[in-house]
Amino acid sequence: MSPRRLELCLLLVLIAAAAVAIGLGESPLSVAQYHQALADPASAPGEVLWVIRLPRALMAALVGAGLGLAGATMQGLLRNPLAEPGVLGVSASAGLGASLAIAGGLAAFPGAIELAALAGALAAGGVVVGLAARFREPEVLILFGVALSAFAGALTALVFNLSPSPVAIAEVLAWLMGSVENRDFTDILRALGPMAVGVGLCLYAARGLRMLTLGEEAAQMSGLPMARLRVAAVAGSALLAGASVAAAGVIGFVGLAAPHLVRAAVRDDPGKLLRPSALAGAMLLVAADLAARLIPTEQELKLGVVTALFGAPVFALLAWRAARSWRS
Amino acid sequence: MTAAWIIADAKARRGKALVLDGAFLKVAPGEVLGVVGPNGAGKTSLLRAGLGLMPLEAGQAWLAGRAVGDLSPVDRARLVGYLPQERRLAWNLPAGEVAALGAPDLPPGQALAVARERLERVGVADLADRGVLDMSGGERARVLLARLLATRAPLLVADEPVAGLDPDAQLLTLDLLRAEAVAGAAVVVTLHDLGLAARSCDRVLVLNHGRVAAEGAPVEALSPRVLAEVFRLDGALVETPAGLVVAARRASPSPVGEGSAYRVPGT
Repeated sequence: MSPRRLELCLLLVLIAAAAVAIGLGESPLSVAQYHQALADPASAPGEVLWVIRLPRALMAALVGAGLGLAGATMQGLLRNPLAEPGVLGVSASAGLGASLAIAGGLAAFPGAIELAALAGALAAGGVVVGLAARFREPEVLILFGVALSAFAGALTALVFNLSPSPVAIAEVLAWLMGSVENRDFTDILRALGPMAVGVGLCLYAARGLRMLTLGEEAAQMSGLPMARLRVAAVAGSALLAGASVAAAGVIGFVGLAAPHLVRAAVRDDPGKLLRPSALAGAMLLVAADLAARLIPTEQELKLGVVTALFGAPVFALLAWRAARSWRS
Repeated sequence: MTAAWIIADAKARRGKALVLDGAFLKVAPGEVLGVVGPNGAGKTSLLRAGLGLMPLEAGQAWLAGRAVGDLSPVDRARLVGYLPQERRLAWNLPAGEVAALGAPDLPPGQALAVARERLERVGVADLADRGVLDMSGGERARVLLARLLATRAPLLVADEPVAGLDPDAQLLTLDLLRAEAVAGAAVVVTLHDLGLAARSCDRVLVLNHGRVAAEGAPVEALSPRVLAEVFRLDGALVETPAGLVVAARRASPSPVGEGSAYRVPGT
């Protein structure tokens, strides 16, 4: 399959998934009600479709695209198929930043949580790249990611521990599990800014990611402005991860699974991988959110819980394969 | 004619260890220069420092008369193509795409055309669509050599390009680099096989402990004295119908001051 056709297919599946996500829900609608919703968006069924379900599906698509693209970019930059905002501790650090903001009572200020999450993501991204420059073994980075994740998790637990308000704790906890429930168009617009910048930076870095296939030194001698491309890749993927966490909490493994799904179709090319990964990520998260809504449980499943349940085994599978290739 | 590459009085450290201690190098267009020396002599460091990949504590390096530190990445890539010793490829790209990475300055279509031509030159044109991680080590080495040739740079620097290759592939690699030199490029290769260096290089630079121990035509640079003092070999270069070979045995524990010539019967 050519990369163009792949992107087209993914886009069609994404649109289909979004249509299903908007059409199906907890409150079943009759055919007449669907007609009414389409004819008159202000009617009650119209409200359900366009004010409740549409923004939710859009947010899931946006966050999924951001995480998919961030994952693909980090994998290219670190030359490692296991790299991903969640695995490398970038998401946990963004979560820590946001938790601090919520516990600190900053939730009332518009944009404060977003900024705190972005700052956490950028700091973690910087640490990861600094470590990547020192250690060439791909396994080492994953180990540091585990350490960073654990540390950010410990600090987040400390925030809970010291927080005097049980309401704030419940709020942070619910948010850390990851969800796109009850989002409106204002939330989407707020996430759109940093995401657009992140997308631009990641796509700009694409040719540098391709060149890194040859290794650090050959890339440095290739004539491409690698220092600039590297900064763009780090900043872009951290912005995307941070904005995603700010918008929907911590949602793991999408950044891992999305590039994995499309890698073979682009013949492993880390540059051509970027756009299909974004589309695949959007598709996966819209589908996961649909599952979270439709699986009948007493409490609605949190999106982050669903992706982790499916994503962790995928991670294990990839690790198994990577370990075999590193050994040979 | 300006030298393609000059490194003068290079001093550099890796961590605290002094890996270059006044080493120098000069190579002119049309010439193949072999850099040899025992493990840890500073061969790779000399190349890296001279290309601006590693800071020089003292000394200077020029590419085509221009100080390396002043060159933009684009200008540097126009003047030199580099094949590093580290050959681990991160992704299973098709060979044609990997070779095309040598020409990022060209539009993708043209870069692929250049890549195809270079793959043909190194004898693996039929593998252009095969993933590089699905190949044997020798095939992959050829693809990386094609990538180096695709840079079309007037100076080609290859760090141990024949490591791990079978004898035929080793000779092919050096023949291809020789062809580039005949076409006007300057070529610098580091090698461990002294006989191969003697046969295929115009000049040989012998490094030891970060210093130049000898430099010149192969027979002069690889004299019995140098073989004994630098490589701890008791022997000499010997002329055979197939060219120069090194005939030597390990020197006795106390190195001989003047290496005794070791003659192959019938030469």
